[in-house]
Amino acid sequence: MEKEWKKQNPDGSYTVRTCGWSPPGDHPVGCGMKLTIKDGRLIKVEGDPEHPITQGRLCIRCLTLPEYVHHPQRIIYPMKRVGKRGEDKWQRISWDEAMDTIVEKINYYKENHGSESIIVFGGTGREACLYYYPLGFASIGTPNVCYPQSGWSCYGPRCAITDYILGAGYPEIDFAGHFPDRYEHSEWKVPEYIMLWGKEPLKSNPDGFFGHSIIDMMKRGSKIIMVDPRINWLCTRAEHVLQLRPGSDTALAMGLLHVIINEELYDKEFVENWCYGFEEFKERVQEYPPEKVAEITWVPKEKIIEVARVFAKAKPASLGWGLAVDQNPNGVHLGHALLALVALTGNIDVPGGITIGPPAALMGKWRMETRTNLPEELWEKRIGAKQWPAVSTALATTHPDETLDTLETGKPYKLRMGWFNSSNFISPTNSAQPDRWYRALQSLEFCVVQDLFMTPTAMAFADIFLPLPTFAEHDGVVLTHYGRNAIFAGAMNKALEVGECKSDIEVCIELGKRLYPEIWPWNSAAEFFSDQLKPELGFDFDELREKGLYQPGYTYKKYENGLLRFDGEPGFNTVTGKVELYSTLFEAWGDDPLPYHEEPPYSPYSTPDLAKEYPLVLTTGARYYTSFHSEHRQVPTLRAITPDPLVEINPDTAEELGIKEGDWVIIENMFGKARFKAQVTPTINPKVVHAAHGWWFPEKDAEEPNLFGVWESNINTLMPHKHIGKLGFGDTFKSIICRVRKAED
Amino acid sequence: MAKKGYGLLIDYEYCTGCYSCEVACKNELKLPHGKWGIKLLEERPWKINDEKWEWNYIPVPTALCNLCEDRVAEGKQPACVLHCLGQAMEYGPVEELAKKMAEKGTKVAMFVP
Ligand code: SF4
Ligand code: SF4
Ligand code: SF4
Repeated sequence: MEKEWKKQNPDGSYTVRTCGWSPPGDHPVGCGMKLTIKDGRLIKVEGDPEHPITQGRLCIRCLTLPEYVHHPQRIIYPMKRVGKRGEDKWQRISWDEAMDTIVEKINYYKENHGSESIIVFGGTGREACLYYYPLGFASIGTPNVCYPQSGWSCYGPRCAITDYILGAGYPEIDFAGHFPDRYEHSEWKVPEYIMLWGKEPLKSNPDGFFGHSIIDMMKRGSKIIMVDPRINWLCTRAEHVLQLRPGSDTALAMGLLHVIINEELYDKEFVENWCYGFEEFKERVQEYPPEKVAEITWVPKEKIIEVARVFAKAKPASLGWGLAVDQNPNGVHLGHALLALVALTGNIDVPGGITIGPPAALMGKWRMETRTNLPEELWEKRIGAKQWPAVSTALATTHPDETLDTLETGKPYKLRMGWFNSSNFISPTNSAQPDRWYRALQSLEFCVVQDLFMTPTAMAFADIFLPLPTFAEHDGVVLTHYGRNAIFAGAMNKALEVGECKSDIEVCIELGKRLYPEIWPWNSAAEFFSDQLKPELGFDFDELREKGLYQPGYTYKKYENGLLRFDGEPGFNTVTGKVELYSTLFEAWGDDPLPYHEEPPYSPYSTPDLAKEYPLVLTTGARYYTSFHSEHRQVPTLRAITPDPLVEINPDTAEELGIKEGDWVIIENMFGKARFKAQVTPTINPKVVHAAHGWWFPEKDAEEPNLFGVWESNINTLMPHKHIGKLGFGDTFKSIICRVRKAED
Repeated sequence: MAKKGYGLLIDYEYCTGCYSCEVACKNELKLPHGKWGIKLLEERPWKINDEKWEWNYIPVPTALCNLCEDRVAEGKQPACVLHCLGQAMEYGPVEELAKKMAEKGTKVAMFVP
């Protein structure tokens, strides 16, 4: 890439090169683009052909960025509420006034009720994911930072499982992303097969994986195996599809392993040298013969056997595991089984297999250190940490379900102040029973919300609203996979300013300077990032801007050379030093050390009586190109493409229920109901329906009780609280029961 | 005016239905809502047999497509081609694209708008 990242154009406009993250958008994918600014307005977004990963490609969320940046409903100044909670009455204030008010409140709660009476909520995917922890620990000084999805069911479980079983950073499909010469890199190999398990990366671009890399690799010869309850577009281009019953995943994974182990298709050398507990594991898979697994999963026996064989014989083969691993109370065991699948087939840390990050995250040191701001006695008060060690060992947050209990009961202490950073969770994004959260959150006496639009959550709770800039409006560093297996670090360059917005790190610094000045020495985001980059990578933020992005490269078979362990010994950074097919930690925490299938809490098999009343299996959360969770509903071009919340329903089921394409229907169960538009399609099993998440209606009445129609199509109201696994992870978002009927109006 | 003898090749084996062509084109031609220079069409999914499905997206350039004459004159790719997530579009002389179609053999189309 050329050094010059900001260019003056002849017509008086200028163009800034940047790597995108959020807000708005998605996970840290860091797509390369050029933003053109004229008279203070973003007039053009163009993909950067020189970017090694995206090569000019952009999705429509970035192509419509100007509509988002200059949206008339955007909140671009700090606001304070002047009416009652839930009334749309606000007054513009200065940052000084906002900060003075906030600091006074924080000090008041600390003095009178203890720092732990303050809680920070964070959302998923946005840049805030890196900063809401330091905000809580080091700027505010509370041990209570919460990601409010029931059972922490997004990414966290997969990271935790990887920590415990592999002792490594996040496992990712090897798409040659670490190398500047990409697919031409001499060490890299094309995966013969790529298995995508509960994951559709084309639309989701998960965690920093540019989803259309799958297409790149297909063009180079990779074949696809899809494991998904829905036939999505990628399934139609796949070699094999295992269309399983939602929530039966662990049985299917064990069925594949049954075939691979009993037919001796596994990598004996790798098992011998680098795996712990193979004999016990082998015994366990005997409980999952393909005929039995076929009954549990609805996948034909022959398909299970065939896929097990092709996957095991492919050299190399890769696997991408999706959110379906997290959103399942049986998901820890699924994740365990899937890591065993890639380990037993010899695909860990090899070219074209699975890459794994070193034990320490790129640029993660500072984030870890911010926690030392909290004295031990305060850290001990973290909600739910003692009850759920498997969660609290890997994740520095509260336990989400315990947090709702605490809000409702005031036990072990009352929470009084809330801070919502990029989390609109009374919308159907991540909380189970958002209506219950909504009632429980009323007990907070003072709330701060950081966001870009007045969301239902902000309208309901904010006393002070702090406006966030989009990624076009601030300096930053995009770290794919949040640094846990970083493909690259990209420069996010400020191209323009809109109103008076401050980024996550700027707010951390500003607030931190007032409350803990000794740990917040920086005066700007650029200065902060230089201090993070320089010791680890040897260059500062300005140099990163000139490089555009930095790819760290990749060393394969790190376990052979002692690069995975802090002590420099060969092996994996686990208790036994090996890949734990038998988990010593799960056993210590009271769960089974070996994977097992357990029925979803509500299913045709676990609750047959209830299933008579609610005969359909409901799965949720498939992605659309037009939105990122609850974002983008107010962007006209995107909303024109996806105007309504859709439920996919099989033609036979629809006919039986008297439902036609485009009809409004009610989806309901024991816990709640939601209104959706029917999309009649054969791609879904007749006994299953799929409903979209993230819906609210920015065009509707803002005030209570309407709150932008947040309760109309809120699919998460059908999801129960605290239906989590033995170790504290998982929820029912991918598998619950429901019935569907035509709506009256 | 669109350059004569040039066209757009669409590899609909790999058109993922992402709409980037549609939106990039709309931006390029500065079109209001409800007008398109290229429009994404969908052949909705149906089953050929127990194993195989048919489900195709295909973007069709409209009368408003000028094959990005200004961009092409500056040596750039057309906006739709550059941003296409599936890298399923190509711009070029009709004869050259026809050769590529023959080479690819399946699921490929050409438009000369
Ligand atoms: S994946 Fe889409 S929204 Fe995210 S940075 Fe890339 S183009 Fe933008
Ligand atoms: S070539 Fe240009 S004008 Fe034609 S469809 Fe593509 S972007 Fe639109
Ligand atoms: S941009 Fe490419 S992949 Fe996307 S819809 Fe258009 S042709 Fe298909």
